[in-house]
Amino acid sequence: MNVRRFVCATIVAAAFALAPSSAFAQDNPQALRQEIDQLRKDFEALKQQYGERLTALEKKLSAAEGTPPATPPAVEPPPVAEAPPAAAAPAEPAQPLPTYGSSVSNAKVFNPDMAVIGDFLGAAGKNPVNPTPALEMHESEVSFQAVVDPYARADFFLSFGQEGVNLEEGFITLTELPGGLLTKVGKFRSAFGKVNTLHNHILTWTDRPLVTQNLVGGEDGIDDAGISVARLIPNPWIFLEATGQVFRGDSGEDLAGNPVFQSTKRSELAYVTHLRGYHDLTENANLDLGFSYSYGHNGLSNGNVQDPGSLVTELYGIDATYRWKPLQRSLYRSFVGRGEYIWSRRDQPTGLQSGSGMYVSGDYQLGRRWFAGARFDRSAHAEDASLIDTGGSFIVTYWPSEFSQVRAQYRRTNYNTAPSIVSSANEILFQFQFSIGAHGAHPF
Amino acid sequence: MKRHLALFTIALLLAPVAARAQGKLNVMTTTEDLASIAREIGGDHITVEGIAKGYQDPHFVEAKPSFILKLQKADVLVVVGRELEIGWLPPLIQQSRNSKIQPGAAGYIDASLQASILEVPTGQVTRAMGDVHPLGNPHYWMDPENGKRIGKEIADKLSELRPSDKAFFQQKLTDFSTRLDAAEKRWLAQLAPYKGTKVVTYHRSFPNFAERFGLDIVGYVEPKPGIPPSPQHTLDLINDMKRQNVKIVLVEPYFDLKTPNAIGRDTGAQVLVMPPSVGGVKEITDYFTLFDYDIKMLVEAIKKTGAK
Repeated sequence: MNVRRFVCATIVAAAFALAPSSAFAQDNPQALRQEIDQLRKDFEALKQQYGERLTALEKKLSAAEGTPPATPPAVEPPPVAEAPPAAAAPAEPAQPLPTYGSSVSNAKVFNPDMAVIGDFLGAAGKNPVNPTPALEMHESEVSFQAVVDPYARADFFLSFGQEGVNLEEGFITLTELPGGLLTKVGKFRSAFGKVNTLHNHILTWTDRPLVTQNLVGGEDGIDDAGISVARLIPNPWIFLEATGQVFRGDSGEDLAGNPVFQSTKRSELAYVTHLRGYHDLTENANLDLGFSYSYGHNGLSNGNVQDPGSLVTELYGIDATYRWKPLQRSLYRSFVGRGEYIWSRRDQPTGLQSGSGMYVSGDYQLGRRWFAGARFDRSAHAEDASLIDTGGSFIVTYWPSEFSQVRAQYRRTNYNTAPSIVSSANEILFQFQFSIGAHGAHPF
Repeated sequence: MKRHLALFTIALLLAPVAARAQGKLNVMTTTEDLASIAREIGGDHITVEGIAKGYQDPHFVEAKPSFILKLQKADVLVVVGRELEIGWLPPLIQQSRNSKIQPGAAGYIDASLQASILEVPTGQVTRAMGDVHPLGNPHYWMDPENGKRIGKEIADKLSELRPSDKAFFQQKLTDFSTRLDAAEKRWLAQLAPYKGTKVVTYHRSFPNFAERFGLDIVGYVEPKPGIPPSPQHTLDLINDMKRQNVKIVLVEPYFDLKTPNAIGRDTGAQVLVMPPSVGGVKEITDYFTLFDYDIKMLVEAIKKTGAK
């Protein structure tokens, strides 16, 4: 009671202090009376609210006693949960209290947000070059995300695939560095282009484009241990962000089994730089442009006896994304058009191979749950730029809810496996994707 | 003497910084409702901008990089909380590079902290219930009583950030609350004759509104929160509405009207596009006109349909 009296006194004192002198001086007793009335009203309301809560709790308790199942009444100790607010903040309006459970489980509040995303793939039709299983639990991605301390947060993504477990990403993000530097340290997908930064479950296809498979390290892509620094470049016109990254120098493999980057000694680091420009064209449409450059060693011997090491691969990339989503109808209509062009310069003992690849894709949302899309692919091989694969896909996606999706993709690929030999593959690919656990952010 | 000179120089150097720190607080809010209330409290001592538009579903806002730029310059971020913004705000805050508005920092204001929150799930919560909010229904601003509490939360936090303006913010809060009390009395009186009127809403956006103004929400067009209408649920709802003689269907401006209109045709109920937010239609310019507009429309519809 003392606490309450103290708070009331404080409120009255505050009212005195704050009331503008003119109005207050004129009719002092009346203002005081109003104040008291207000306090009385507040107190009555409080009393009523507490009474309501008590009856609700009693009802709940009796209900819990009546039906014994899952939650024994002991798990919800109303008096324990009830005690602190009365003592701590009696003047605040009543509100349902968080249920903390027993004292032991209090440590749980510091558990990271956890989620699991399942990615099940099916394939029908023939593919002589890159056959995938008829049915596979392609990936189960487990994520743990939480704030580390007032200066940083951490994100872990473990990918359980057909071949075992892989740390897809695991990094700390320092949010409090001076100079507006957003810094990541750990293992993460590099900022090269657009599709390389995206996890499988965010893609609008069941697979990754040919250019990724041939030139940028396949499904794993440039995903390596390193340090990333990103800074916004202030200017009056657009969102402009420059990112610089240093990696150990190892990356995923292309379709032929050759890694894009492979470090043979400590000094053979890989570097990625990315410049992203973004602009809202209208309230409903925007344009996202990116320029990327990457440099690293490819693991092929440089033939130097004095200073053995490996040769260099350089990648250049341009990406563009156009998004349209009418704000008021955003649940039902949207369009994303995207393209990437990548140019690879791979130094090999036999000479420099300079080849390029690209994809263009479009995805249109037909309704709340339906999406239709198409993609065109074309890419040279990194090791032999004269060999050029092409392909095309049509995709239909259905969303039962925000947490699951079903997708079908028709894909035709012409693999240029050797000079003047082209083998075609016509396939139907299926995907079931489902997520449980913490509500993740929607991709943008 | 030398020391004094040094101190004087430092004071001179700091002076512009101190002066700048006393400029207008740059307040960002996630919704236009919060922007309107913040404007009431901060007056000309702050600048305010909302992220989500009032005619947009606040659950599904795109995390556009242009918002990052705005958050980067913010001194204060006011959020609805209760996980309403969970799908888009965390990446924006993270990339804002702004320590002032990180959750837990002084400039991060969760407007729900003093508000009365309904529909807090008890017992086990699973997604079988749809996109359920484990911390309670986040559409709590649709009750003027909560509007006052949101105002108080904002005034308290702004006062902490700007102790020199405390009296100003508290005065503005008192003024806002007084005007809101008067308006609430008027709104209550407008709806008083129709207490207990049965309505159906599309999403669970109106429980606080219904509780305050005495509406009885008997069903939802969505079978479960965030799940689009299904034929079976729609049929059940139509039968239920006929049995209970429900004549009003409230739909948020961002939902498709096909199913609600079909329900209306079948039951004779009137379908009202009722904005739950400031800016939902252009007539709703602030927190007061939000209730003015909604209640006027509702009363007219009730009179017309003779709903009970």
